[in-house]
Amino acid sequence: MNPFQFTRVTTPKAAISAVTKESGTYFLAGGTNLIDLMKREVIVPERLVDINKLPLATIEKTSTGLRIGAMAKNSTVAEHELVKKNFPLLSQALNAGASAQLRNMATVGGNMMQRTRCSYFYDNSMPCNKRSPVQAGPDKGQPNGPNGCGAIGGYNRMHAIFGTSEKCIAVHPSDMCIALVALDATVNVSGPKGDRKIPFADFHRLPGDAPQKDNTLQPGELIMSIDLPMNDFAKNSHYLKVRDRASYAFALVSVGVGVDMKGKTIQNVRLAMGGVAHKPWRLTEAEQFLTGKPATEDNFKQAAMLAMKGAKGYGENDFKLTLAPNSIVEALKIATTTA
Amino acid sequence: MTDKQHPDESADNSGASRRDFLKQSSIMAAFAMTPPAAVTAVEKGLHETIATRFEQMSLRVTINGTAQQLNIEPRVTLLDLLREQLNLTGTKKGCDHGQCGACTVHVDGTRVNACLTLAMTTEGCKVTTIEGLADGDRLHPMQEAFIKHDGFQCGYCTPGQIMSAVACIREGHADNPDEIREYMSGNICRCGAYSNIVDAIMDVKQGGQKV
Repeated sequence: MNPFQFTRVTTPKAAISAVTKESGTYFLAGGTNLIDLMKREVIVPERLVDINKLPLATIEKTSTGLRIGAMAKNSTVAEHELVKKNFPLLSQALNAGASAQLRNMATVGGNMMQRTRCSYFYDNSMPCNKRSPVQAGPDKGQPNGPNGCGAIGGYNRMHAIFGTSEKCIAVHPSDMCIALVALDATVNVSGPKGDRKIPFADFHRLPGDAPQKDNTLQPGELIMSIDLPMNDFAKNSHYLKVRDRASYAFALVSVGVGVDMKGKTIQNVRLAMGGVAHKPWRLTEAEQFLTGKPATEDNFKQAAMLAMKGAKGYGENDFKLTLAPNSIVEALKIATTTA
Repeated sequence: MTDKQHPDESADNSGASRRDFLKQSSIMAAFAMTPPAAVTAVEKGLHETIATRFEQMSLRVTINGTAQQLNIEPRVTLLDLLREQLNLTGTKKGCDHGQCGACTVHVDGTRVNACLTLAMTTEGCKVTTIEGLADGDRLHPMQEAFIKHDGFQCGYCTPGQIMSAVACIREGHADNPDEIREYMSGNICRCGAYSNIVDAIMDVKQGGQKV
């Protein structure tokens, strides 16, 4: 690993100040992704600001729902009584990700900030616009290896089918974030220009011409907490993760579902998919179609068809064009039959 | 004014690197107070940022019950600190990328991958490795169970498996073989001793011994 300067902070203000002051400075939370990327020299920070001692790990009830501190560990959130009771989808999604050890280390904020696992991004000798952005425009980053996209026309079995660009077809890797986008979470951030709230669906971005940018955070901004509004989805929630092995693997496709049922009728529904796009993929059109309709397989299939509009395969990932709608139907079946 | 001495008052001084100090000190003072790498760099006229990157920082951490006062480079992982500096080679380096679990240790009672943990982030923590699990010459019940059930072949993943297995029971995720398999999935065994490992964990769990 390349040498770097190391600073430990105990207040968010000091953290923001330290990361704003000089470029090449990164926050260090659980480190499960950043340290790995540093070992592979995909990211070569000049300075790390250790934020593990920040008092941002509390999980508390609010007047509108639940607030989860950005430094709460993934395992703590997954096991928390209020999360399991009111937001089982989040608990399920967290437990579907990584391993027990990694969940003990990884934080909520860090989980949101994790980078894609695209193998071209991870290999400095391969072309990648995310790792080595084209040197143009205001968002230019430091070059690191050749640019281009190796995955387009290359090995792209794990890659995106929605929202891609000719610069990048990588997928966002988180399970937790699929649950959070489905549950209408809000991200509270603090930065050099003050505090602001970001709707979870607007936190991550599509690659477009700047795949080096995974999200809409401004320089120096620190994730403080996540707000979850109360809902009526707890009884009929399911996180379905389809992967190459039964545990400890990234999703080929995943579906997060929360349904508010009245008898056999869907009163309200939330649907999001993972493993298919550069950001957690909310299925708004399918949700609208299902609202007020009976929970039948035929309706699920029609909703899945609507959700697949605009999907595009890149060769090795063409199977996702079938796997994704089937997974949506399966997840809806399971969620609506849960007692 | 204190502001002059600490140009960035919002920066936290606890555990901060010594670059502000280097900026303001004469080389003589640097000789007296900074570790050799930084001094050499300053002496040779290297840029201060280069110097401070090789600087060693102090770390206080308790390992297997012994309080340690150490000086390390910030880039040293907990795994390398244990193996290379403290000669605690029971904790194994498998993939070194958080994928195999061979380096599993407990930090403040929870299991983590030591290979992805910067040692500096364990300041003030209590670390337990496989060497700290037995009570003197008396093996931990999980160690006994791994022997009884033949929970290993080559043995390389075993320290990580055992540390993970102990945590698995403590976390309350060892109620049945399926649950054990799920919560032990972060520990890879290329010899394929999985079924015996599950038997060992079930045995300890059902035996009701304190882990």
